[in-house]
Amino acid sequence: MNAPVVPSPRAAGDAPVLAIDDLTVTLGTRNGPARAVAGVDWSVAPGRTLALVGESGSGKSMTVLAATGLAPRSATVTGRVRLLGRELTTMSEPERRRWRGRHVGFVFQDPMTTLNPVLTVGRQVTEACEEHLGMSRRQARARAVELLDLVGIPAPDRRVDAHPHQFSGGMRQRVVIAMALACEPELLIADEPTTALDVTTQAQIVELVADLRRRLGTAVVWITHDLGVVAGIADTVAVMYGGRIVEQGPVDAVFGAPGHPYTRALLAARPRPGAAGEELAAIPGAPPSPLALPDGCAFWPRCPVRGDARCAHELPPLTPITPGHRVRTFYPLPDGPSTGDGPSTGDGPSTGDGPSIGGGPSIGGGPATGDGRRVSGDREQLHREDR
Amino acid sequence: MGRFVLRRLLQSVVVLLGVTLVVFLLLQLVPGDPVRVALGTRFDQQTYDALRERSGLDRPLVVQYLSYVGHALTGDLGVSFRSGQPVTTIVLERLPATLSLAVTAVLLALLVAFPLGVLSAVRSGSFVDHAARVFSQFGVSVPDFWTGIMGILLFAGVLGWLPPSGYVALTDDPAGWASHVALPATAVGLVTASILTRFIRSSVLEVLAEDYVRTAEAKGLRRRVVVVRHVLRNALIPVVTVVGVQLASLVGGVQLASLVGGVIVIEVLFAWPGIGRLTYDAVQARDYPVLQGAVLFVATLFLLTNLLVDVLYARLDPRIRLR
Repeated sequence: MNAPVVPSPRAAGDAPVLAIDDLTVTLGTRNGPARAVAGVDWSVAPGRTLALVGESGSGKSMTVLAATGLAPRSATVTGRVRLLGRELTTMSEPERRRWRGRHVGFVFQDPMTTLNPVLTVGRQVTEACEEHLGMSRRQARARAVELLDLVGIPAPDRRVDAHPHQFSGGMRQRVVIAMALACEPELLIADEPTTALDVTTQAQIVELVADLRRRLGTAVVWITHDLGVVAGIADTVAVMYGGRIVEQGPVDAVFGAPGHPYTRALLAARPRPGAAGEELAAIPGAPPSPLALPDGCAFWPRCPVRGDARCAHELPPLTPITPGHRVRTFYPLPDGPSTGDGPSTGDGPSTGDGPSIGGGPSIGGGPATGDGRRVSGDREQLHREDR
Repeated sequence: MGRFVLRRLLQSVVVLLGVTLVVFLLLQLVPGDPVRVALGTRFDQQTYDALRERSGLDRPLVVQYLSYVGHALTGDLGVSFRSGQPVTTIVLERLPATLSLAVTAVLLALLVAFPLGVLSAVRSGSFVDHAARVFSQFGVSVPDFWTGIMGILLFAGVLGWLPPSGYVALTDDPAGWASHVALPATAVGLVTASILTRFIRSSVLEVLAEDYVRTAEAKGLRRRVVVVRHVLRNALIPVVTVVGVQLASLVGGVQLASLVGGVIVIEVLFAWPGIGRLTYDAVQARDYPVLQGAVLFVATLFLLTNLLVDVLYARLDPRIRLR
């Protein structure tokens, strides 16, 4: 699945739409505090797309939820978050709610559950416009028809009064996108918007968002574990692991010359259409629990480079290796061959040796792209070995 | 919708037929001879045989049953062994008392349970929540007849504000009816309120965790709009069933919380001339026709309530289409 690379309508260097600085989120759980996000900073400029990449539980969703005031009540959030120049963290709750509703649109993962089953889609798409733009019920309905048309829903003037269960998954996600764009927000946050969809629909949704961004000049934060999508649509990428950013930079730099062993492993674990029949690479072990994060590098226990005691006890700083490209490791590998094409060769960390032991989840989210059958085949094999 | 209701009514007839069969057969298992009870202690064999023949009790069971059902279809449920009055008349006379008590109790319960349940869920962990949970635990633990007795002692005995028992028809004297219904309705309603509070609380909590509620919050809607527009309607869908079951079981005299007791005990305690009281008396007197008639009526009301719940369900949830 290769969405076209979209040129950004505005020059980079514009004041960022959303800038996050030193964001830390601690969740109060039954088993004690869990540090879900630690010291994260990134920003996204108008018309640009930032991809947040990482495994489940790496803190990527929690980062945007906490930044926009949607974190669960048990969460303690510290750091600074500026949305269109306004500091969100010091705002009163009603003010933050209005600011968020007016300027940020959200597309969540599963369109089957993000829409309210008992309200018509038209009502849901533009109810925020009544709240934030002072539209009347009738204006809002007319606007909903426009928006449904914009996202490619056929016969929008009839469908506007239909309920969510009368739409397919892909169409529902279009409705959700229409809803996110209703108040013409400056920022669109897409939290794994294609994960719950089938592959053909995924491509359409990716295309749609890329197209809308081009036409509307909206900044996009795209949370995903699908590296194929990232390469296609993002300008910059931030890779998260264990609640921290481990690598960050322009997509070309990060994908072309990944500096962090984790990024390299991720890229190696990506299923490739040309490599059918090969065993899929997986990263051995499982991601760390946010309840018990190590002092040093969180990736150390699974790291193929495995450095020394320093890695285990000292947190590597996020260091620039080229302008705009930062890596959190003591052992950056800036010039290694891209593991994105062809099986990994000698000097890089070979993560492809042997099947994934210990049942760590395959990074890249399973059959998200490409050769899904191969993945399930591997799983079956693993199960057989278990018995 | 019309076709749905019609079909459900036809189905109800089949169910009711089953009810008559079960009740008829159950009564055959009850020890005691209704003819002897009717005649008292002094009677001769001739009188006994005469009454037995006149009541049709000498005929085979199948014939008795078929004749009963045949008459029931025309609204004739037979005559009471005791008073000789038509059963249909007796039951219909008692119906307003039972219905007004059950409906008042459920309305009172809803009046308390709805705000309490919703508030307790929306502010989960707060003082209101704890208070609501203590209240509902207390309410389901304490039997309604005990609350009834305490109510009589306090409000009728010590304070003298309310009559201790008795019944005035709503149509005759609304104020009198209200003062008489207050204590029994509160006693029954307290249990129902506790059940409903818990149920509404958990239903709202469940909906609050739904993804679409987060979507609504992401849109920057006011908390009140989120709760009223997005949470309540979804949370109420299952609540409708429970309210329906509560209402039906109050009418039927079988309470979910305490399978024994319920409205029958309350009607006896407050000398409330409803169907529960009628059933109780009919059992005592082995007045089979009245007992059968009362059970049949209760079953009918139960089925109608269920039908009403289903129709309401479809109105609340667009995913359900009545066919």
